[in-house]
Amino acid sequence: MYVAVKGGERAIENAHRLLAHKRRGDHGVPEVTLDQISEQLGLAVDRVMSEGSLYDRELAALAIKQARGDLIEAIFLVRAFRATLPRFGASEPVDTGAMRVQRRVSSTFKDIPGGQILGPTFDYTHRLLDPSLAQGVAPEAPATADASTAPTPRVTDILGRDGLIESSPQAEDGASVGDLTREPLNFPADRDLRLQNLARGDEGFLLAMGYSTQRGYGRNHPFAGEIRFGEVEVEFFAEDAGFAVPLGAIELTECQMVNQFKGSATEAPCFTRGYGLAFGQSERKTMSMALVDRALRARELGEEVRAPAQDEEFVMSHSDNVQATGFVEHLKLPHYVDFQSELGLLRKLRQEFADAQAPEAMKEAAE
Amino acid sequence: MAVLAHAEAGEIAARLRDFALPEHQDLRAPENGLVMLRGRVGGDGAPFNLGEATVSRAAVKLASGEVGFGYTLGRNSEKARLIALCDALVQSRDFGGAVERDVIAPLREQLMIRRQQAAAETAATKVDFYTMVRGEG
Repeated sequence: MYVAVKGGERAIENAHRLLAHKRRGDHGVPEVTLDQISEQLGLAVDRVMSEGSLYDRELAALAIKQARGDLIEAIFLVRAFRATLPRFGASEPVDTGAMRVQRRVSSTFKDIPGGQILGPTFDYTHRLLDPSLAQGVAPEAPATADASTAPTPRVTDILGRDGLIESSPQAEDGASVGDLTREPLNFPADRDLRLQNLARGDEGFLLAMGYSTQRGYGRNHPFAGEIRFGEVEVEFFAEDAGFAVPLGAIELTECQMVNQFKGSATEAPCFTRGYGLAFGQSERKTMSMALVDRALRARELGEEVRAPAQDEEFVMSHSDNVQATGFVEHLKLPHYVDFQSELGLLRKLRQEFADAQAPEAMKEAAE
Repeated sequence: MAVLAHAEAGEIAARLRDFALPEHQDLRAPENGLVMLRGRVGGDGAPFNLGEATVSRAAVKLASGEVGFGYTLGRNSEKARLIALCDALVQSRDFGGAVERDVIAPLREQLMIRRQQAAAETAATKVDFYTMVRGEG
């Protein structure tokens, strides 16, 4: 049966008008500015940039404001925006070893060159609500100390010197870098595509997947070899200039997960690794990403693929929250025609059921 | 040029204000676009695509022929144009020295001060381990 779906324009228009009104909230309360969101809700901005896959603090703040704080909606807005701009090209790969570190911790070695630097962290707080924030008080100025000029090498580089950990896979000459925003995803997918997928994947999904590996679903015995957060320089080879130009700096978080051994008759056993990298200060995200990256290497490392986190098709097909929310939320859009046909079918089945029962009942009555 | 990419558009403009700028024209009108940012597997391995960033770019040509290119993260096309202008001026015999001295050097100093302050704040959060002696504490 055909059911025309028309009308509703005015209702939609008025609903959006009401939404704008609700977004603004009580007019007696000052309107939140993009600077306020960017400066004071900085980690929400970081998450929207990471999963929106677009580094632009101001746009992420705007998206958060427009989405009334719904971060997945904000991520959706940012993804839609990026489709409106031309792409100039790809940057030179950033050098996280040269990061101006604002935080850098290792759970594997106490005395790492460059030291354990806590930086701005929730770790070791007591997770008690602070009523003074409700009043709005100016915090103390940060403490300062003489900054050391000692380099902060990656912990994996230190382990690598003794051959205790596998080295990072190097690109083959002339190999192109996979880009899932340009080509549809095919399985099995290479590590570059997997990392791109995880880098823009939903933090909650990756957290749950990473957690599942710790609980035994694809166990791989992780240690947080190193987590670092800070600024890295970005360079871009400009065709018109004919050389690499500096674009400025971005903030990144990197997690090097150190996992249990691999080895063979011909190769000495060594630690394996999982890698996480994301925009801004995104520690939970990069740790989860590194756990899942390692789990997804099961095939490559000759491990039995039994757990969801090891199944790349499962992980990569469900990690994107814009795709996920699109499919889940489309269920609330009109499905009147589909439902009418289901209803028609169900009525027919029920009639057949009733017809089949009826002669029996009559027979029984006659007896 | 890295110094200029780290500066605010207003800071660059303010420092250029005292210059009697030579004639120049846009070789490429400022435009906004995206650059795909790349990382490396494990930090030092094969490259992968991490996510994009907004970038603004411009190119400026001085009447005397020097061409400058301006690229910067973000969507501030005026900043890209100012960087391109400085890039062209730096190459010119008449302006190179003055732009380095009055625009780039002071901005570099400001950047260094900001970085030193951030480094000092970070350094205060470095952990000093000490070993407890038995019977103490």
